[in-house]
Amino acid sequence: MKKNEMRLVFDSCSENESFARMVIAAFITRLDPTLEEMADIKTAVSEAVTNCIIHGYGGKAGKIRMNGCLKDRELTVEIIDEGCGIKDVEKAMEPLYTSRPDLERSGMGFAFMEAFMDELKVASAPGKGTRVWMKKRLQKV
Amino acid sequence: MGDSYQIQGTCLVVDVPEELDHHQAEQIRQETERIRRSRPIRHLIFNFSDTSFMDSSGVGMLINRYRELSSLGGSVAAAAVHPGVKKLFMVSGLYKIIPFYPDVKTAVSELWEE
Repeated sequence: MKKNEMRLVFDSCSENESFARMVIAAFITRLDPTLEEMADIKTAVSEAVTNCIIHGYGGKAGKIRMNGCLKDRELTVEIIDEGCGIKDVEKAMEPLYTSRPDLERSGMGFAFMEAFMDELKVASAPGKGTRVWMKKRLQKV
Repeated sequence: MGDSYQIQGTCLVVDVPEELDHHQAEQIRQETERIRRSRPIRHLIFNFSDTSFMDSSGVGMLINRYRELSSLGGSVAAAAVHPGVKKLFMVSGLYKIIPFYPDVKTAVSELWEE
């Protein structure tokens, strides 16, 4: 089984949302994913990173970590922040629920991560930050 | 007002950037609100012809524009939406409140009010 790992640390600012998407796209590109798979993964990463910026750090400075791992055609991505954490993860993952309606959030971030990846796990506690773990198997070429 | 925003009658046409994420959604929200404060805009037409990516931040921004415009008897439309972006409209249910048009010209001619 061929394995390939990468780790990235970047600042919590909205300009880095597109940066994180570009990195994950570049990481998987040699596997020749379909356009749809590529779009799904970029969307899921974008949702997780945006959550760190808006909710985890609440617009304040902080570091976001992204770990990627490829085992053959299986991608796992972790997006980790050391921000405020989530009190009720189950509630946060309900479709259309948002803690920040004032910021025009749709409340669909976790629902999109769930819809576009094969597996999603969220570990979080108040004051302890949040870790989002996602997995997706790419189709064989 | 940059080149990305054009007023045609009571329609404001917004050229959506290549990627509509939280960062870009916030810029579009600010600019459309600024323009709407000084002009009698009733319809917002988002031109997606150059857009290959959108996430839930784009969805949230569009829902809120729809809420504002529809409460004033206006509407929000999406023109030239590529299949990849259309998927987000379908999954989110956005397509039920924001109609698609093949291009900006068609959208403007349908929504134009004297």
